[in-house]
Amino acid sequence: MSSETALPIARYTLPAIAMHWLLALALFGMFGMGLYMVDLPISPLRLKLYNWHKWAGTTVLTLSLLRLFWRLSHRPPALPDSLLQSMPSWQRLAHHVTHHALYALFFIVPLVGWAYSSAAGFPIVLFGVLPLPDFVSADKALAELIKPWHEISAFAMMGLVLLHVSAALKHQWINKHPLLQRILPGTK
Amino acid sequence: MQITSLFRFVPFICTAILSTLFLPAMAQQLVPAQSEIIFVSKQMGVPVEGHFQKFSAKIAFNPNKLDQANLAFTVDMSSATLGVKETDAELPKADWFNTAKFAQATFQSTTVKSLGAGKYEVAGKLTIKGTAQAVTVPVTLTQSGVNTTATGAFTLKRLAFKIGDNEWSDTSMVADEVQVKFKFALTGMAKL
Repeated sequence: MSSETALPIARYTLPAIAMHWLLALALFGMFGMGLYMVDLPISPLRLKLYNWHKWAGTTVLTLSLLRLFWRLSHRPPALPDSLLQSMPSWQRLAHHVTHHALYALFFIVPLVGWAYSSAAGFPIVLFGVLPLPDFVSADKALAELIKPWHEISAFAMMGLVLLHVSAALKHQWINKHPLLQRILPGTK
Repeated sequence: MQITSLFRFVPFICTAILSTLFLPAMAQQLVPAQSEIIFVSKQMGVPVEGHFQKFSAKIAFNPNKLDQANLAFTVDMSSATLGVKETDAELPKADWFNTAKFAQATFQSTTVKSLGAGKYEVAGKLTIKGTAQAVTVPVTLTQSGVNTTATGAFTLKRLAFKIGDNEWSDTSMVADEVQVKFKFALTGMAKL
């Protein structure tokens, strides 16, 4: 309990906070949607969900790009001193690796999905009107090769999200470091 | 030479005479391996291409006697494929092609009009899933040696034929318009 200093807690910028929570919500939604839709029989509902998933995925990819630019141009606030001092070096390393890997997966997961869609011969037409380019060609063998990786990378991302969440909650609630205030909206 | 041995040639002679008589009208043959019938539908804006693997044609076409032209096509509906196992399993079902009841689609020409420069307009009756519709199809003929290639495309409305019925009739999911593109390799046609 070293947060009794008068210093205000350095917070993330508002756009960073907004994008963090918006994309967190989107990723959980997309993950659940993906798990649900793959087991549906061929039906209008399946077709609808697949296309919505692709449109949402394209939107997530675009927002992730904005978020990356924002992240690179706005240094995040340092971790609270009390936390930094109490973290063993392996935890600091894990903290950095997790964040870097998450950012990488924000791009890998949707791009692999896009590649699979193109390879399978179903190009993405954003919102039903804007055809997106195919950066891989329609090729059944390639599609089969790519297919498992959208799921594998999505599971890897969700695994890291769980790690990220549990680490944050552990430091906040068990170790009592003022961590969440940096990213929660509307807190002072 | 004995007279009886001559009789052995009678069937051949008859065949030769008959084929000479009918040759100008009936000589065109479709080369299936070099021909294709493609259909493109749109699913939520995404063009999805399929084709028929089995079809045949009876073609009597003389560019100089268009009023005697007779073009008849038969398409084996169970040979349709989108190249995806899961969707191919859907196509023969009752809501789509209902191949158990309607194994074949047919086209029978009624009139052929020349538009000049190897372009023709073929009007006729297209029957799919037991429903007949009048269609007019533009066809372009190109010749190289003994081979003639007929190409063309037209748009049909799938709901007029009840293709994609019931839960699939929503055109915001699968558009009503389906583009049909074809290429037919033909042999035995007179010079244009």
